[in-house]
Amino acid sequence: MAPPATAVPADGLPAQPAPRAPQPATGSARAWRLALWLLSRSFSSMLGLALVLFIVTLALLGPWIVPYPADAEGAINLLNKLEPPSAAHWFGTDEVGRDILTRVILGTRVSLLAGLAITLAATAIGAPLGVLAGYSGGRLRETIMRITDMFLSVPGLVLSLAIVAALGPGIGNAVIALIIVWWPGYVRLAESKTLAIKEEPYVEAARVVGASRARILFRHVLPNCLSPLIVKMSMDVGQAILAVASLGFIGLGARPPEPEWGAMISVARTYMPDWWWYAVAPGAFIYVSVLGFNLLGDGLRDILDPRSHRG
Amino acid sequence: MSTPRSEAVAAMAPLVEMRAVTKRFRVRRGAFHTTEIAAVSEVDLGLPRGTAVGLVGESGCGKSTVARLILRLLDPTAGSIRFDGTDITTLAEAGLRPLRRRMQLIHQNPSAALNPRMTAFASIAEPLVVQEGARGGVLVERVAALMAEVGLPGEFLHRYPHEMSGGQRQRVCIARALALGPSLVVLDEPTSALDVSVQAQILEFLQSLRSGHGLTYLFISHNLAVVRQVCDRVAVMYLGRIVEEGPADAVLSAPLHPYAQALLAAVPRLRQGGVLPSVAGDPPNPASPPSGCAFHPRCRFAEARCRTERPDLVAGGDGERRVACHAVAEGRI
Repeated sequence: MAPPATAVPADGLPAQPAPRAPQPATGSARAWRLALWLLSRSFSSMLGLALVLFIVTLALLGPWIVPYPADAEGAINLLNKLEPPSAAHWFGTDEVGRDILTRVILGTRVSLLAGLAITLAATAIGAPLGVLAGYSGGRLRETIMRITDMFLSVPGLVLSLAIVAALGPGIGNAVIALIIVWWPGYVRLAESKTLAIKEEPYVEAARVVGASRARILFRHVLPNCLSPLIVKMSMDVGQAILAVASLGFIGLGARPPEPEWGAMISVARTYMPDWWWYAVAPGAFIYVSVLGFNLLGDGLRDILDPRSHRG
Repeated sequence: MSTPRSEAVAAMAPLVEMRAVTKRFRVRRGAFHTTEIAAVSEVDLGLPRGTAVGLVGESGCGKSTVARLILRLLDPTAGSIRFDGTDITTLAEAGLRPLRRRMQLIHQNPSAALNPRMTAFASIAEPLVVQEGARGGVLVERVAALMAEVGLPGEFLHRYPHEMSGGQRQRVCIARALALGPSLVVLDEPTSALDVSVQAQILEFLQSLRSGHGLTYLFISHNLAVVRQVCDRVAVMYLGRIVEEGPADAVLSAPLHPYAQALLAAVPRLRQGGVLPSVAGDPPNPASPPSGCAFHPRCRFAEARCRTERPDLVAGGDGERRVACHAVAEGRI
């Protein structure tokens, strides 16, 4: 009888009598460096990253860097109303003399938080349902997918309008309404990806050792669905910001004294075209943030595509 | 069950016993039409304890399906499967879980058998976490011991599959399969995805593991030389049925069934020269298998009886093997 466990050289590597102590994971640090390098090769992804970082920085530092913090809410300075852009007021002032730059910067936080909340909540609801539907098959899958189809068959913004109308206007209700119309997209994506992954041998290998269905779903299937989900999430933050602004514009989102981009444009609309700068500033910020998240999403798609590395 | 005699009988009985196991798959043919395909038909196969049984046959003959039925990754359509005396034919997943400790699978392609987002440590630890709730220092020690056993240096602990070579990945898979101290290991073409130089190493290692741990192997391969080297017994499958089964040396040196003969003749040899003999025609469509003996359209011994009556797998030749062939039963071969 041969000895049970003679250390065989690991394919060209010198055999060692005993494994060394666990070393700090260097794999993930290397993966991050690789990802950054891949991202830096594309101009548009770097632009997207820069725009997103710009928006996030404004949202984080907003209250401390704005020139006129008091203009956030009720301050009224009718002497300076509707002034054109100047050194004192870079983006001019609005109809009650508030600094538009201040309000646009403070609006970043509202829009970004709403966009992130909608996207994260939609993913948290949709992705597990999609993975479950794809892995289970049968009646459970049919039930989940048909309910999803029901939501997808109605235009999202129209459905969210109806929901906000029922709940009552306000930024909180707008976010809830948009979450309700947003999750089905993640179910579809996670389900189709799961259908492919569940045939992978490593899923079978997990079944062989007796892993529970929950473990297979959350440790094996979901992590391997993440790439397309992350790409969609990045793009959706921009779309959600736009949707929140749309609801604000028609008066169903944030209410006017609150500095929110859509609501600001809604008011500014009545001052077009003579006081054009009023609408241009929040519009430009919506544009920049949506563009930034879309470009970043495109860049992430290139990075996370398994064909780009990981031979 | 506790008397010495019944224990002795249990020890003699094969570890795995398949009786008349059939697996049919439903296949969609268009929007309203489904047909059934029998991937495995009435397979009788025993895996004696501590032996290596080879399963050979061409692609699509049902070898892998047999493996997955034994592991109960698939539900049999008919027949019964016993594992160490327990009938597992209809056991639910909860009842199977404790048995899963004792039956493991090593995949053909180690690159696909490892979750790309899990390190070697996480992959090897998974069975211990799932079955025993092991964690912390104990888990690290046990994984380290397993890695030492399969000859992987400790620096591989935190590597991802894409940072390892094929042979190293297969070692991770083997460590994972050994973690729970199994009795049965199913090897689904364990070396066919590896470089030839690495194949020999892995095969040698698998053989030393078997004798060291007293494992029972079901070894699926279409490399007959490897099967002969590793296996004690061999079963030859054709179109979902076993056509010949017996001691590996006997079957592979003097096959009786015409299909087994053709399979062996198709192995290239040094100093043979000329054109390799091959079986005429293509394998039949499993959705509409030929009547009688499924091999008759390609068999040079086929007679009228072969076209109408299916031969049973019965003792033939030297009596140590079973063959499903009229010509063998009638003494024509």
